[in-house]
Amino acid sequence: MGHIPVTLKGTPQGILLRVQTESWEVALSSLELSLRDAQSFFRGGRVILELGSRPLPEDDFQRLRQLLERYEMELWVILSEREEVKHLARSYGIRTRLPGAQSPHQRADEVASNALLVRRTLRSGQKLHHPGHVVLLGDVNAGAEVVAGGNIVIWGRVRGVLHAGAFGDDAAVVCALDLMPSQLRIAQYISRAPEQRRRVPQPELARVEHGNIVAVPWKKIRE
Amino acid sequence: MAGQIITVSSGKGGVGKTTTTANLSMALAMLGKRVICIDADIGLRNLDMMLGLENRIVYDIVNYVEGRCRLRQALVRDKRYPSLFLMPAAQTRDKNAITIEQMNRVAHEAAEIADYVLIDSPAGIEHGFRYAVTPADLVVVVTNPEVAAVRDADRVVGLLEAEGWAPARLLINRLKPDMVRRNEMLDVPTVVDLLAIDLIGVVPEDPSILAAGNRGQPVVLDERSLAGQAFRNVARRLHGEEVPFMSLKSPSFLQRLFNIR
Ligand SMILES: Nc1ncnc2c1ncn2[C@@H]1O[C@H](COP(=O)(O)OP(=O)(O)O)[C@@H](O)[C@H]1O
Ligand SMILES: [Mg+2]
Repeated sequence: MGHIPVTLKGTPQGILLRVQTESWEVALSSLELSLRDAQSFFRGGRVILELGSRPLPEDDFQRLRQLLERYEMELWVILSEREEVKHLARSYGIRTRLPGAQSPHQRADEVASNALLVRRTLRSGQKLHHPGHVVLLGDVNAGAEVVAGGNIVIWGRVRGVLHAGAFGDDAAVVCALDLMPSQLRIAQYISRAPEQRRRVPQPELARVEHGNIVAVPWKKIRE
Repeated sequence: MAGQIITVSSGKGGVGKTTTTANLSMALAMLGKRVICIDADIGLRNLDMMLGLENRIVYDIVNYVEGRCRLRQALVRDKRYPSLFLMPAAQTRDKNAITIEQMNRVAHEAAEIADYVLIDSPAGIEHGFRYAVTPADLVVVVTNPEVAAVRDADRVVGLLEAEGWAPARLLINRLKPDMVRRNEMLDVPTVVDLLAIDLIGVVPEDPSILAAGNRGQPVVLDERSLAGQAFRNVARRLHGEEVPFMSLKSPSFLQRLFNIR
């Protein structure tokens, strides 16, 4: 068949899972391999399963759901052309269409390249994981999390957790208009929020220097 | 025209959802509106107690969805304001006794015969939260001016946005102006700035609320209560009136409040 059995793709709404093999067996084991490799990326993520006209017996559905659960992922939406599949999904409280009119295809341009552009505020409990760079136009509130394989640029204020260079790239940087994360990671380096509370917000760029994460005001960088 | 369905929610427990539902329901009834409040906290019902209606309950919401009674039989009429009705929760069942579809149907049937339907949602963000917010036209998110409560409110607002549910308005409950002045409590502008949703009211800490709840006499019935006044103002804002935010006995507080918009 020459196909990759399953593909996982980050979209602004969730992780889009496509099955491109006849055999559910092959699909599940291939999915398990991908998840094991990229665990930290997808953990806590929600999955949009795109099936098209493919049937989905309840057994197969259960096995997929259990596999995803083991990796702390939620089967959030099932997109199917088949009524009985939609019915099955709904009976488990799973959505059968995406909120709003957007289909994952319309958003594909945003993920086709290596960077993901997202225009919204991440609120407590929300996670954005992407293997490439992340550009967010909005805030990262306390309790929210952004994990990127590359750089992270936040046009907004940061109170939550950021992890840039999550595959180990310690040349990755983090930029934000107001950088006060509860935790900031670049590659394997970790820094926590400074204790001092009130300060005047200023744009900063954080990077690893001699094994420490340091934040440099944007004004200084320009000098 | 069908009435408006308003769900009172918070994420965190104990912030004042039931107090808010009881007071807003009564305040709207005092404005002459037909109001049905639904206690969706199945298994932990206490809206009936706060309204002083617990002795009048015959049927409850689970009885109704299971077809054991008619809608009208499950509604308990208030003794003070006859346009106020309560749909009580079941005491002996749990939240799984009701599905999202069933709650949806009850809320919309209620909206057919009322101007306002208020739903008191259980704490948390699980099934009970979901069935409470699904039918809503508007969600009043209640929080206290403290970090943990605000974080949970943020979580709730995030879920409402992500799932495409109803718009949210913010009600800050239990504000203590003197603590704010001493920088010991988050102030209103900080909370509004963090959550970035529109404010519908600020209710001060009021020790008489506990006693009022125990007696089944919501504080909106008390002309002199500041908290009662705040809830009456929220009711008028829900009704579409422009009501200025009141001073909570502290000029610096008032100044800060006006700075927010
Ligand atoms: N503004 C207030 N001032 C003082 N006490 C309050 C106020 N609002 C709520 N309370 C008290 O807080 C407790 C929890 O309120 P409740 O409405 O039951 O919260 P929830 O329904 O969110 O769990 C009650 O004992 C109530 O009397
Ligand atoms: Mg309650």
